[in-house]
Amino acid sequence: MNDDSLKSRTWQGYLRSDGRKGIRNHVLVIYTVECASYVAHEIACNEENVHVIGFPGCYDNAYAIRLMLALATHPNVGACLAIGLGCEYTQPSRISEVAERSGRPSKWFFIQDVGGTRASIEHGKQIIARLRDQLKRETRRVPMTWSDLTVGAECGGSDGTSGLAGNPAVGRFYDLLVDQGGCAVFEEVVEMIGLRDILLSRARSPEVAAALDAAYKKAERYCKAVRQYSVSPGNFAGGLTTIEEKSMGAFAKSGTCPIEGVLLVSQQPSGPGLWLLDSVPDEHFMQFGYTNPNDTEGIMDLISTGAQIVLFVTGRGSVIGSAVAPLLKVTGNSNTFARMRGDMDFDAGRVLSGQISLDTAGRELMTLVGDVASGELTKPEALGHREYFVMYKHQNVPSLEAGCRA
Amino acid sequence: MKQCFSIHPKDNVATLTEDADSEPLLVVGSGGGTTVQIEEAISLGHKVALAAIAPDAVIIKYGVIIGVATKPIERGGWVHLHNCRSLLDDRSQGLDLRTGIPKDTPYE
Repeated sequence: MNDDSLKSRTWQGYLRSDGRKGIRNHVLVIYTVECASYVAHEIACNEENVHVIGFPGCYDNAYAIRLMLALATHPNVGACLAIGLGCEYTQPSRISEVAERSGRPSKWFFIQDVGGTRASIEHGKQIIARLRDQLKRETRRVPMTWSDLTVGAECGGSDGTSGLAGNPAVGRFYDLLVDQGGCAVFEEVVEMIGLRDILLSRARSPEVAAALDAAYKKAERYCKAVRQYSVSPGNFAGGLTTIEEKSMGAFAKSGTCPIEGVLLVSQQPSGPGLWLLDSVPDEHFMQFGYTNPNDTEGIMDLISTGAQIVLFVTGRGSVIGSAVAPLLKVTGNSNTFARMRGDMDFDAGRVLSGQISLDTAGRELMTLVGDVASGELTKPEALGHREYFVMYKHQNVPSLEAGCRA
Repeated sequence: MKQCFSIHPKDNVATLTEDADSEPLLVVGSGGGTTVQIEEAISLGHKVALAAIAPDAVIIKYGVIIGVATKPIERGGWVHLHNCRSLLDDRSQGLDLRTGIPKDTPYE
């Protein structure tokens, strides 16, 4: 595909009543306490286009509720079923109402009311069959292009190749996407530690620089408070020696465009361009807690900003996928690509062996993202991966605190 | 000849693009053009010193300081946890050199 046809590429998406456009047409089952998780998963088991997310806690949490609402109204989600046990603080009826208000058909029930495991699974399967049929009949297909797309990027299992090939390839693709009016979201402020001046120099305006500085300083306080920097045994084994070194490699995935602003989890970008997602908790009665205790947590945060696709850069190799939005796996390590071929979508290691240039890698990645947006399954999707992770966390979003323990 | 990649002209380390063992490496990238002889096995993604680095001198990659030397490092030496420390993160100094596995957490 030449440059012009790549840039003008269109595909058929799914139009929601709220005007958002998705690249998948999922029914989302949401459970509101761990006690309802088995029933939720059994309902979704062997069902086409049905994904599950849920929150394990009985006590509610404003951040977790915002995250679940953002996923319930995500562009890739067409309909919802919220399920509770019946005792917990988080209310499935309220989640269902928000989804319904966004124009997505939605149902909810309590397992205690329906009559236990067997009855609830049967009831739930009937509901999702009806919701899915309705989606198939009624969802309008519309043309989409790059300006309709929000793409997230995260790295995990990084090694010495990630900063040389994997993340820079994503950076080149991000530059192309932003050029075409698309939206690119990157995160992991805890992996920008040591890079304050470099980060601030990328701000669109002095106001954005102040927001970036605040996010950076919070991440520094967080790392000192929890006495843990965002670097893991596999990173060290893969050649990364310090958090400063890992940070420079991780930051390469942001490309070269100016940063338009800082998003908190579940906030949607207000316009096109490159955005930084701050998923680090604010100090709170629970202290900081942990920011991204695993890769999946960070991916959920990215999807909560409306990302229809997430790129995951891994040098060491990873076998996760994601609920709601397809995860596309990029590695800068050709050995990892060869060893885990069934899990890896893109080999950016060819840049290191001199087979392709970084610009070519960026264009190839854009082609692959276009294929996935057009309906082609990523490797994790085809394998059936649908990981999710919703945890207790606190971020200061005063206008959205009402009704929950702030 | 196998290669190592130098990202920035100021860098005093380069990253191996494939596994190598006691052999000369061609330095490529923006600080490239020379060769460096390594005297031990160094794996893909790990770093080799492009200059002699004295204790407490800074290690530079991407043109920025990524740590400081804790021991004298010779040109061609493997730069990692045994001779380089973060300016921020203390815990990483106690990890296993080859696997990165922590030794400070009790399993009892």
